[in-house]
Amino acid sequence: MANVTQVIHKYLRHNKKFPLVFCPGCGHGIVLGSLVRSVDALNIPQDKVVVVAGIGCSGRIAAYVDFNTVHATHGRALTLATGIKMSNPELTVIAVMGDGDAFSIGGNHFIHAARRNVGVTALVLNNFIYGMTGGQCSSTTPFGAYSHTSPFGQLEKSFDIVDMARASGANGVFRESVFHAKRLDALLQKALSRPGFNLVEALTPCFTQYGRNNKFKTPVDMFSWLKKYAVPIEKYEKLENKDGYIPTGVFVEKEEPGLEARYAAMRDSLRAGKGGAA
Amino acid sequence: MSAPAKKKRKLMFALGNEAVAEGALIAGCSFFAGYPITPSTEIMEIMAKRLPQTEDGVFLQMEDEIASMGACIGASLAGRKAMTATSGPGFSLMQEQIGYACMTETPLVLVNVMRGGASTGLPTNPGQGDVQQARWGAHGDHPIIVLSAGDVPECLTMTVTAFNFAEKYRTPVILLLDEVTAHTREKIEIPAPDEFQIFNRLVPSMPPEWYKPYEETVRGVPPMPPIGSGYRFHVTGLIHDKLGFPTSRPDEVKGLNERLFRKIDRFFHDIQLVDRYETEDCDHLVIAYGSVARSAKLAVRQARERGVKAGLLTLRTLFPFPRIHVEPLLRHCSKILVPELNMGQISREVKRVNNGRVQVRTINRVDGQIITPSQILKEIS
Amino acid sequence: MTRKKKGKTKVTVYPAWCKGCGICAAFCPAKVLEMGPDGKARAVREEDCVNCGFCELHCPDFAISVEPADPEKNGKSAEDESPAEESALPAREHAGENQPG
Ligand SMILES: Cc1ncc(C[n+]2csc(CCOP(=O)(O)OP(=O)(O)O)c2C)c(N)n1
Ligand code: SF4
Ligand code: SF4
Ligand code: SF4
Ligand SMILES: [Mg+2]
Repeated sequence: MANVTQVIHKYLRHNKKFPLVFCPGCGHGIVLGSLVRSVDALNIPQDKVVVVAGIGCSGRIAAYVDFNTVHATHGRALTLATGIKMSNPELTVIAVMGDGDAFSIGGNHFIHAARRNVGVTALVLNNFIYGMTGGQCSSTTPFGAYSHTSPFGQLEKSFDIVDMARASGANGVFRESVFHAKRLDALLQKALSRPGFNLVEALTPCFTQYGRNNKFKTPVDMFSWLKKYAVPIEKYEKLENKDGYIPTGVFVEKEEPGLEARYAAMRDSLRAGKGGAA
Repeated sequence: MSAPAKKKRKLMFALGNEAVAEGALIAGCSFFAGYPITPSTEIMEIMAKRLPQTEDGVFLQMEDEIASMGACIGASLAGRKAMTATSGPGFSLMQEQIGYACMTETPLVLVNVMRGGASTGLPTNPGQGDVQQARWGAHGDHPIIVLSAGDVPECLTMTVTAFNFAEKYRTPVILLLDEVTAHTREKIEIPAPDEFQIFNRLVPSMPPEWYKPYEETVRGVPPMPPIGSGYRFHVTGLIHDKLGFPTSRPDEVKGLNERLFRKIDRFFHDIQLVDRYETEDCDHLVIAYGSVARSAKLAVRQARERGVKAGLLTLRTLFPFPRIHVEPLLRHCSKILVPELNMGQISREVKRVNNGRVQVRTINRVDGQIITPSQILKEIS
Repeated sequence: MTRKKKGKTKVTVYPAWCKGCGICAAFCPAKVLEMGPDGKARAVREEDCVNCGFCELHCPDFAISVEPADPEKNGKSAEDESPAEESALPAREHAGENQPG
């Protein structure tokens, strides 16, 4: 691997104000690094990469990277990403979303994008909370967890993003924690080089809005928690007591063509006079 | 717009909705995303069939109207001419994305076939209740272009116009039809594509490193490269500086907000389209749009036959409200009648422009039925 | 697993970008990094660095770079960046030609 920092710098927009807007110890910065390294490792030209982000702390990533970047509306990143990919299938389209973004307000778009199997990589930064608006619960906030809108503990159950993606028909489903950055890189690279809709869920700590209110004393504590509890699926399966552990790794790897490829094939066959679907 | 290339013209017995689809294809629309809703659905069904038979056309049925708008915005950013079509409830769902398209200066065409009533209302009856929503539906101060069409041939030409304005001014354009116009079947001649002037958005000519995506230009409309063409820039719904990055510096905030208005305001003469019928010497002016204008035309003709100096101003552009065309008529008419299928949404614009000078009366029909010529005739003779 | 090679790297913390989160210091397997009185991380035992790459990959603010002191003599890869998961601490691979950006 090339000099890590140098690679990052190659892709940062240096006229942007640094350091990043994120709080100290926010995992989002690590995901940003992983995204950049993955694109670099795959040698995808910057001009051909499109990052479509939603609204949230996670969405701020878009402004920092020197790709084609679109900072969309809250929850709708995947809809724009779909329009872009279908319009120009040559592009590598990455939708960067928060958990609230992708699975609360944007949940419907997520399941349909997965069902359509449109060739977009959904990178969901799951910090179990609404970071940007100051710590309200999201659809992934764990049962019992505290937030400003569940001050007595969350009574609702949470979504498992991997299960949602799998059930919706995504071509590829991956999860990793930012503590395991190198594994995250590998999964992201895999997702970016595969056809169809691919989900990468990145478990990323938000100490400011989640950790502090849930018995973590420092950002470091949250990394220690991920280090211990985010375990590869193979290991997870063998655990006797799975309580609190989160399986990571590869959950689905199908090779179905993306919607854009199916659409192009249909167009071709119609124009050739065969008149049928792909 | 039209020229005599007669031999290429195709005769068709078409619905207003079919004419919209035809117009879109002539204008170069290669992307449609939508969600079915009466009375606009035929537009999407035709696009579903026609677009995949073109070289690069894409049709998508999305999961809702928010997604439809999102997909169109994405497509437009990627260089496509994109359109969606909807009706009342779907139009409400689209509002946030319309604001985003205004802020990001993303061209697209949105056809709203108005039905009756609020909420689910009267799905299969006409209404004109979305006029002010079309202007002000998205939050925050923003300019927008709203057009209307009243018969089948107009559905075609106004759709082409909507695309031209969208591309020329980098803005979403809303085309309002009403259920009657959309579902009336009329014989129309489909003009050959080369009979129209088709406007395509300006793309930058400078090298990418010189490109400033939101720079002031003579027209106020910055050039727009398709995503992926080598000009990497940032698109955001946040107030942004000339490079496209978020800012809250008062001078930059002001600069963007004012330019967004200015790029439309400076071109009222180009954007504000009306049709005049017997208005030169009229004393009794009718101002109408959509299907109501058809009834009004008949009523004005009949009134003239009875010796009444009646005239009709049909509004093709609803917003920016065509003040420059209404104002001169106030000098010689003594009465204005504004018939509408709502409780008075354009009449308030007329009253604003009139500013108490002449008498303004309205016909407001909200029972799901059309305004008939005789209803109008009664008021002007 | 390769044996650890110490003292082959230069560890630089850029204080302007460091937000003092402490992640690097907490997880550096060789205790190279410490939090200074200014609240920022600093390399206090550079010579102990085993070039595992953890700090550089995990600093959320890109405030640390680890580069080979002797560009010729690097090139071992790490299977896993989480040091405590593995008993041996492998060295990280470097493409020696690169200079810090
Ligand atoms: C339509 C709409 N509703 C609400 C908001 C306010 N809002 C901004 S970000 C956000 C939640 C962000 O949470 P998440 O998506 O998890 O991202 P994070 O900040 O945690 O990275 C909300 C509710 C908005 N911008 N738009
Ligand atoms: S609030 Fe949370 S998610 Fe947002 S920047 Fe701070 S730590 Fe990160
Ligand atoms: S990880 Fe980065 S930001 Fe955090 S203390 Fe270390 S150098 Fe500073
Ligand atoms: S590379 Fe590893 S050993 Fe060296 S300073 Fe960083 S974390 Fe410590
Ligand atoms: Mg979140």
